[in-house]
Amino acid sequence: MEFLIFFIAAIILVFASVLVVVQRNPVHSALFLIAALCAQAILYLLLNATFLAVIQIIVYAGAIMVLFLFVIMLLNLKKDEFGPERRKAQSFFGILFAVLLLMELGLVVKIGLSKLTPADASLSFDFGGVQLVGKSLFTDYLFPFELTSVLLLVAMVGAIVLAKKKL
Amino acid sequence: MVPLSYYLFLSGLIFTIGVLGFLVRRNLLVMFMCIELMLNGVNLFLVSLARKFGSMDGQIFVFLIMTVAAAEAAVGLAIIIAFFRNKKSANVDDLNLMKW
Repeated sequence: MEFLIFFIAAIILVFASVLVVVQRNPVHSALFLIAALCAQAILYLLLNATFLAVIQIIVYAGAIMVLFLFVIMLLNLKKDEFGPERRKAQSFFGILFAVLLLMELGLVVKIGLSKLTPADASLSFDFGGVQLVGKSLFTDYLFPFELTSVLLLVAMVGAIVLAKKKL
Repeated sequence: MVPLSYYLFLSGLIFTIGVLGFLVRRNLLVMFMCIELMLNGVNLFLVSLARKFGSMDGQIFVFLIMTVAAAEAAVGLAIIIAFFRNKKSANVDDLNLMKW
Protein backbone atom coordinates (compact mmCIF):
# COMPACT_ATOMS: atom_id res chain seq x y z
CA MET A 1 0.00 0.00 0.00
CA GLU A 2 2.76 2.40 0.92
CA PHE A 3 4.58 1.48 -2.30
CA LEU A 4 1.45 2.18 -4.31
CA ILE A 5 1.01 5.65 -2.78
CA PHE A 6 4.71 6.36 -3.22
CA PHE A 7 4.70 5.44 -6.90
CA ILE A 8 1.53 7.37 -7.68
CA ALA A 9 2.87 10.49 -5.93
CA ALA A 10 6.30 10.08 -7.52
CA ILE A 11 4.85 9.73 -11.02
CA ILE A 12 2.63 12.79 -10.54
CA LEU A 13 5.64 14.71 -9.18
CA VAL A 14 7.94 13.82 -12.08
CA PHE A 15 5.35 14.38 -14.81
CA ALA A 16 4.18 17.69 -13.34
CA SER A 17 7.81 18.84 -13.02
CA VAL A 18 8.51 17.97 -16.65
CA LEU A 19 5.36 19.77 -17.73
CA VAL A 20 6.47 22.88 -15.80
CA VAL A 21 9.53 22.95 -18.03
CA VAL A 22 7.90 22.20 -21.39
CA GLN A 23 4.73 24.32 -21.19
CA ARG A 24 4.92 27.49 -23.28
CA ASN A 25 2.37 29.44 -21.28
CA PRO A 26 3.71 30.53 -17.86
CA VAL A 27 0.24 30.19 -16.29
CA HIS A 28 0.16 26.49 -17.20
CA SER A 29 3.68 26.10 -15.82
CA ALA A 30 2.60 27.64 -12.52
CA LEU A 31 -0.45 25.38 -12.26
CA PHE A 32 1.64 22.27 -12.92
CA LEU A 33 4.11 23.47 -10.31
CA ILE A 34 1.26 23.56 -7.79
CA ALA A 35 0.42 19.96 -8.72
CA ALA A 36 4.06 18.99 -8.21
CA LEU A 37 4.15 20.68 -4.80
CA CYS A 38 1.01 18.84 -3.68
CA ALA A 39 2.46 15.50 -4.83
CA GLN A 40 5.55 16.31 -2.81
CA ALA A 41 3.39 17.01 0.24
CA ILE A 42 2.10 13.42 -0.07
CA LEU A 43 5.69 12.19 -0.07
CA TYR A 44 6.36 14.23 3.07
CA LEU A 45 3.41 12.51 4.72
CA LEU A 46 4.87 9.13 3.79
CA LEU A 47 8.12 10.23 5.43
CA ASN A 48 6.36 11.10 8.73
CA ALA A 49 6.85 14.84 8.18
CA THR A 50 3.24 15.82 8.84
CA PHE A 51 3.98 19.41 9.85
CA LEU A 52 6.07 20.01 6.74
CA ALA A 53 3.39 18.51 4.51
CA VAL A 54 0.85 21.00 5.83
CA ILE A 55 3.33 23.88 5.56
CA GLN A 56 4.20 22.79 2.02
CA ILE A 57 0.58 23.09 0.92
CA ILE A 58 -0.26 26.27 2.85
CA VAL A 59 2.92 28.25 2.30
CA TYR A 60 4.30 26.87 -0.96
CA ALA A 61 1.26 25.84 -2.97
CA GLY A 62 -0.86 28.50 -1.31
CA ALA A 63 1.12 31.65 -0.71
CA ILE A 64 4.17 31.51 -2.97
CA MET A 65 2.36 30.15 -6.02
CA VAL A 66 -0.44 32.69 -5.62
CA LEU A 67 2.28 35.35 -5.72
CA PHE A 68 3.59 33.81 -8.95
CA LEU A 69 0.13 33.76 -10.51
CA PHE A 70 -0.48 37.37 -9.44
CA VAL A 71 2.71 38.49 -11.12
CA ILE A 72 1.94 36.52 -14.29
CA MET A 73 -1.46 38.17 -14.49
CA LEU A 74 0.05 41.58 -13.67
CA LEU A 75 2.52 41.28 -16.52
CA ASN A 76 -0.28 40.13 -18.83
CA LEU A 77 2.00 38.55 -21.41
CA LYS A 78 0.59 38.22 -24.92
CA LYS A 79 1.26 35.15 -27.00
CA ASP A 80 4.03 36.82 -29.00
CA GLU A 81 5.68 38.11 -25.82
CA PHE A 82 6.47 34.59 -24.67
CA GLY A 83 9.49 35.13 -26.84
CA PRO A 84 11.57 32.79 -28.90
CA GLU A 85 12.11 29.67 -26.86
CA ARG A 86 14.65 26.88 -27.02
CA ARG A 87 17.48 27.68 -29.32
CA LYS A 88 18.93 24.50 -30.74
CA ALA A 89 22.46 24.76 -29.34
CA GLN A 90 21.19 25.89 -25.95
CA SER A 91 18.78 22.96 -25.72
CA PHE A 92 21.47 20.53 -26.77
CA PHE A 93 23.97 21.64 -24.18
CA GLY A 94 21.26 22.04 -21.54
CA ILE A 95 20.07 18.46 -21.98
CA LEU A 96 23.64 17.17 -22.15
CA PHE A 97 24.51 18.93 -18.92
CA ALA A 98 21.31 17.74 -17.24
CA VAL A 99 22.00 14.10 -18.18
CA LEU A 100 25.55 14.37 -16.87
CA LEU A 101 24.28 15.94 -13.66
CA LEU A 102 21.68 13.21 -13.21
CA MET A 103 24.30 10.49 -13.68
CA GLU A 104 26.61 12.21 -11.22
CA LEU A 105 23.88 12.62 -8.62
CA GLY A 106 22.91 8.97 -9.03
CA LEU A 107 26.52 7.94 -8.54
CA VAL A 108 26.91 10.09 -5.43
CA VAL A 109 23.71 8.70 -3.93
CA LYS A 110 24.76 5.14 -4.73
CA ILE A 111 28.20 5.55 -3.16
CA GLY A 112 26.78 7.39 -0.18
CA LEU A 113 24.13 4.74 0.42
CA SER A 114 26.70 1.95 0.44
CA LYS A 115 28.45 3.66 3.37
CA LEU A 116 25.25 4.25 5.33
CA THR A 117 24.26 2.07 8.26
CA PRO A 118 21.54 -0.26 6.99
CA ALA A 119 19.06 -0.15 9.86
CA ASP A 120 16.48 2.63 10.09
CA ALA A 121 16.47 4.64 13.28
CA SER A 122 13.49 3.98 15.50
CA LEU A 123 11.12 6.92 15.53
CA SER A 124 9.55 8.56 18.51
CA PHE A 125 5.77 8.66 18.62
CA ASP A 126 5.39 12.27 17.52
CA PHE A 127 8.20 12.36 14.92
CA GLY A 128 7.62 15.20 12.48
CA GLY A 129 4.68 16.58 14.41
CA VAL A 130 4.17 20.17 15.51
CA GLN A 131 5.39 19.51 19.03
CA LEU A 132 8.83 18.19 18.12
CA VAL A 133 9.36 20.71 15.34
CA GLY A 134 8.47 23.56 17.66
CA LYS A 135 10.66 22.27 20.44
CA SER A 136 13.63 21.94 18.11
CA LEU A 137 12.94 25.30 16.52
CA PHE A 138 12.76 27.21 19.80
CA THR A 139 15.75 25.56 21.51
CA ASP A 140 18.52 24.33 19.21
CA TYR A 141 17.61 26.50 16.24
CA LEU A 142 16.42 29.63 18.03
CA PHE A 143 19.02 31.93 16.45
CA PRO A 144 18.39 30.86 12.83
CA PHE A 145 14.68 31.11 13.54
CA GLU A 146 15.04 34.69 14.74
CA LEU A 147 17.23 35.49 11.75
CA THR A 148 14.48 34.37 9.37
CA SER A 149 12.26 37.11 10.80
CA VAL A 150 14.89 39.68 9.80
CA LEU A 151 15.16 38.01 6.40
CA LEU A 152 11.43 38.23 5.83
CA LEU A 153 11.40 41.90 6.88
CA VAL A 154 14.22 42.68 4.45
CA ALA A 155 12.45 40.77 1.69
CA MET A 156 9.22 42.65 2.35
CA VAL A 157 10.90 46.07 2.26
CA GLY A 158 12.92 45.06 -0.79
CA ALA A 159 9.88 43.82 -2.70
CA ILE A 160 7.94 47.02 -1.97
CA VAL A 161 10.85 49.25 -3.01
CA LEU A 162 11.62 47.27 -6.17
CA ALA A 163 8.01 47.12 -7.35
CA LYS A 164 7.46 50.87 -6.95
CA LYS A 165 6.33 52.79 -10.01
CA LYS A 166 9.38 55.02 -10.12
CA LEU A 167 12.50 53.07 -9.27
CA MET B 1 8.52 0.89 3.97
CA VAL B 2 9.78 2.39 0.72
CA PRO B 3 13.59 2.17 0.53
CA LEU B 4 15.52 5.36 1.16
CA SER B 5 17.28 5.10 -2.19
CA TYR B 6 13.99 5.59 -4.08
CA TYR B 7 13.44 8.92 -2.37
CA LEU B 8 17.01 10.02 -2.94
CA PHE B 9 16.97 9.17 -6.65
CA LEU B 10 13.59 10.85 -7.01
CA SER B 11 14.87 14.04 -5.40
CA GLY B 12 17.92 13.95 -7.68
CA LEU B 13 15.61 13.61 -10.66
CA ILE B 14 13.48 16.59 -9.56
CA PHE B 15 16.61 18.68 -9.03
CA THR B 16 17.87 17.75 -12.51
CA ILE B 17 14.55 18.66 -14.12
CA GLY B 18 14.80 22.05 -12.42
CA VAL B 19 18.36 22.56 -13.70
CA LEU B 20 17.29 21.51 -17.21
CA GLY B 21 14.42 23.97 -17.22
CA PHE B 22 16.66 26.74 -15.98
CA LEU B 23 19.15 26.09 -18.78
CA VAL B 24 16.68 25.60 -21.61
CA ARG B 25 13.91 28.13 -21.04
CA ARG B 26 14.17 31.84 -21.87
CA ASN B 27 11.13 33.08 -19.98
CA LEU B 28 12.12 34.72 -16.69
CA LEU B 29 9.02 33.51 -14.83
CA VAL B 30 9.46 29.89 -15.89
CA MET B 31 13.16 30.03 -15.00
CA PHE B 32 12.12 31.26 -11.57
CA MET B 33 9.70 28.35 -11.18
CA CYS B 34 12.53 25.99 -12.09
CA ILE B 35 14.52 27.42 -9.17
CA GLU B 36 11.59 26.47 -6.93
CA LEU B 37 11.71 22.97 -8.41
CA MET B 38 15.39 22.70 -7.52
CA LEU B 39 14.69 23.85 -3.96
CA ASN B 40 11.99 21.20 -3.72
CA GLY B 41 14.35 18.48 -4.85
CA VAL B 42 16.74 19.44 -2.07
CA ASN B 43 13.87 19.59 0.43
CA LEU B 44 12.78 16.06 -0.43
CA PHE B 45 16.36 14.88 0.02
CA LEU B 46 16.62 16.45 3.47
CA VAL B 47 13.26 15.11 4.66
CA SER B 48 14.01 11.56 3.54
CA LEU B 49 17.38 11.61 5.30
CA ALA B 50 15.77 13.05 8.44
CA ARG B 51 13.37 10.09 8.37
CA LYS B 52 16.28 7.70 7.92
CA PHE B 53 18.27 9.00 10.88
CA GLY B 54 15.24 9.69 13.07
CA SER B 55 16.40 13.25 13.69
CA MET B 56 14.37 16.44 13.45
CA ASP B 57 17.29 18.56 12.21
CA GLY B 58 16.63 17.87 8.54
CA GLN B 59 13.03 18.95 8.86
CA ILE B 60 14.06 22.20 10.57
CA PHE B 61 16.39 22.84 7.65
CA VAL B 62 13.52 22.31 5.23
CA PHE B 63 11.40 24.73 7.25
CA LEU B 64 14.13 27.38 7.00
CA ILE B 65 14.60 26.70 3.28
CA MET B 66 10.89 27.31 2.75
CA THR B 67 11.22 30.68 4.51
CA VAL B 68 14.16 31.61 2.31
CA ALA B 69 12.21 30.47 -0.76
CA ALA B 70 9.32 32.73 0.18
CA ALA B 71 11.63 35.73 0.64
CA GLU B 72 13.42 34.90 -2.60
CA ALA B 73 10.15 34.62 -4.51
CA ALA B 74 8.94 38.00 -3.24
CA VAL B 75 12.15 39.85 -4.12
CA GLY B 76 12.69 38.00 -7.42
CA LEU B 77 9.18 38.65 -8.64
CA ALA B 78 9.53 42.34 -7.72
CA ILE B 79 12.71 42.45 -9.82
CA ILE B 80 10.86 40.78 -12.70
CA ILE B 81 8.10 43.41 -12.46
CA ALA B 82 10.66 46.23 -12.47
CA PHE B 83 12.37 44.64 -15.48
CA PHE B 84 9.07 44.27 -17.31
CA ARG B 85 8.22 47.94 -16.71
CA ASN B 86 11.46 49.01 -18.36
CA LYS B 87 11.68 46.58 -21.26
CA LYS B 88 8.11 45.39 -21.82
CA SER B 89 9.40 41.84 -21.99
CA ALA B 90 9.93 38.81 -19.77
CA ASN B 91 12.65 37.25 -21.86
CA VAL B 92 16.18 36.83 -20.52
CA ASP B 93 17.63 37.74 -23.92
CA ASP B 94 16.47 41.31 -23.29
CA LEU B 95 18.49 41.51 -20.07
CA ASN B 96 21.47 42.97 -21.92
CA LEU B 97 22.00 46.36 -20.29
CA MET B 98 25.41 45.36 -18.93
CA LYS B 99 26.46 43.66 -22.16
CA TRP B 100 29.38 45.42 -23.76
